[in-house]
Amino acid sequence: MSLPNLETFKNNPYGTETAIDDVLENFEFLDDWEERYSYIIDLGKSLPEFPESEKIEANYVHGCQSQVWLIHMQDPADGKIYLMIDSDAIIVKGLAAVVLCILNAKTASEITNTDVEAIFEQMDLIRHISPTRGNGLRSMIELVKSIASQQ
Amino acid sequence: MALNVNVLREEFPILHQEVNNKPLIYLDSAASSQKPRAVMQAMDHYYETANANVHRGAHTLGDRATQSYEAVRDTVATFINAKSRQEIIWTKGTTEAMNLLASGLSQSWQAGDEVIVSRMEHHANIVPWQMAAERTGAIVKVLEINDKGELRMEQLDELISERTKVIAIGHVSNVLGTINPVKEIIAKAKAKGIVTIIDGAQAVPHFKVDVQDLDCDFYAFSSHKLFGPTGLGVLYGKQARLEALPPYQGGGEMIERVSFEGTTFNKLPYKFEAGTPAIAEVVGLGAAIKYLESQDRSAIEAHEQALLKRAEELAADIPGLRVIGEASNKVPVLSFVMDGLHPSDLGTLLDQQGIGIRTGHHCAMPLMEAFKVPGTARASFAFYNTLEEVEALFAGLAKIQRMFT
Ligand SMILES: Cc1ncc(COP(=O)(O)O)c(C=O)c1O
Repeated sequence: MSLPNLETFKNNPYGTETAIDDVLENFEFLDDWEERYSYIIDLGKSLPEFPESEKIEANYVHGCQSQVWLIHMQDPADGKIYLMIDSDAIIVKGLAAVVLCILNAKTASEITNTDVEAIFEQMDLIRHISPTRGNGLRSMIELVKSIASQQ
Repeated sequence: MALNVNVLREEFPILHQEVNNKPLIYLDSAASSQKPRAVMQAMDHYYETANANVHRGAHTLGDRATQSYEAVRDTVATFINAKSRQEIIWTKGTTEAMNLLASGLSQSWQAGDEVIVSRMEHHANIVPWQMAAERTGAIVKVLEINDKGELRMEQLDELISERTKVIAIGHVSNVLGTINPVKEIIAKAKAKGIVTIIDGAQAVPHFKVDVQDLDCDFYAFSSHKLFGPTGLGVLYGKQARLEALPPYQGGGEMIERVSFEGTTFNKLPYKFEAGTPAIAEVVGLGAAIKYLESQDRSAIEAHEQALLKRAEELAADIPGLRVIGEASNKVPVLSFVMDGLHPSDLGTLLDQQGIGIRTGHHCAMPLMEAFKVPGTARASFAFYNTLEEVEALFAGLAKIQRMFT
């Protein structure tokens, strides 16, 4: 089974066109939980399609109540790491889009040096990556960090 | 007399708070129930006036501790109508009770012996049997369920064989709420000399259980689901069965005499209680049971059934909602799935509205398989829940559905 090509990875708007600062800016204008979570749901819905053929055990992120898949590819030209994520839970997908805005299309050292927790804290979403939540977001972030540290 | 829930709620301090800026609505009592003030007070009082180790002290506090602790054994024996206090063993919980039984009973199994459990068991009443079977070459057989989430009783006769050693069945399903006809199963098993074990974790919080009337060999439950503290459970066993069972863990308390030439074990119930027990928790459980017994149990049951009925009515009004578990005989537990919505999304968005439910496989993966769902959302009610809270749950679900359209 072959991975999608680098172009497909690069077409993911999160972390490329849409930076985390854009998300943070939008987030500031949202007043209540409904608006905030509707925004996250929309992010989740707009995540680029994840190839069905890649939904295999090797790409499965364990420790999740929902199912989560993650694949990556490195651009040999500049060393940037490109990610694709999917989940069957829409909020997890939306939060994955936030993670992508933070970590996608970054170099290994950028990934290792980014404090993802601080950003989730700022968005008041920290509970979603607390070790007590079995939703896999934390495992997802740890996986990306470990991919980066192996480069 | 109807239950005055608002008066009763005053006894549960934890319920009076906000989460996520909304009044807390706690609908996860099947996972762990909340505790009446009397439980915390009893534990505080114990630590403030009597704390010491039990069965050892040559001093006043030790006597006080032992007295308070052992008195609860009588309370529990009366609560489930055991014949004697020797039949009440303290464990860490239902899980430990099942491990104790699987480990002890399997010591006399041969390869090819059989254990029957049901499709709807909690992992605590599956995995210990699988481990014992693995060790001994025994076989775990499964009593299946119908679409409504009821045991297919007609299968039982087929499943029982000459080799059946144990039937271990839940009294009430933690996912479906189904109340199983355990008395009938026990009678069938008894006629064949098969050991019967009932997982009562989800039963005792909802209705009166009489172990002599059931006539089971063993019955287990957890304190924390019965409005008592965590870390404590009860294993009831008929005296003769307990006498015949080898000890589980070794250590202090469970011995009569230790020497390197050979050790003899203590008598019941201490033979199964190695080490310093959860003394304050036992005292807390005593207070929980006293609290429960001081209530009008039939009024509580009627109120719980009213909560369930209201929940079922409102569930029927939500398009795309499918209830998992529609047995005719249920405790107030409602599992469901919704079209296009993952249970974990439901859990997150209800939590934002102050409503705590459980989502996932509920430690019953074989049951999820049967219903072909990866998990469910589960609202479980206790007598301290109100009809307004049930209504708030469904208003919350309707709101979530609107967010997705
Ligand atoms: C039916 C059933 N059996 C066993 C258990 C295990 O209880 P504990 O975790 O208290 O040992 C539970 C708890 O979820 C349960 O619902």
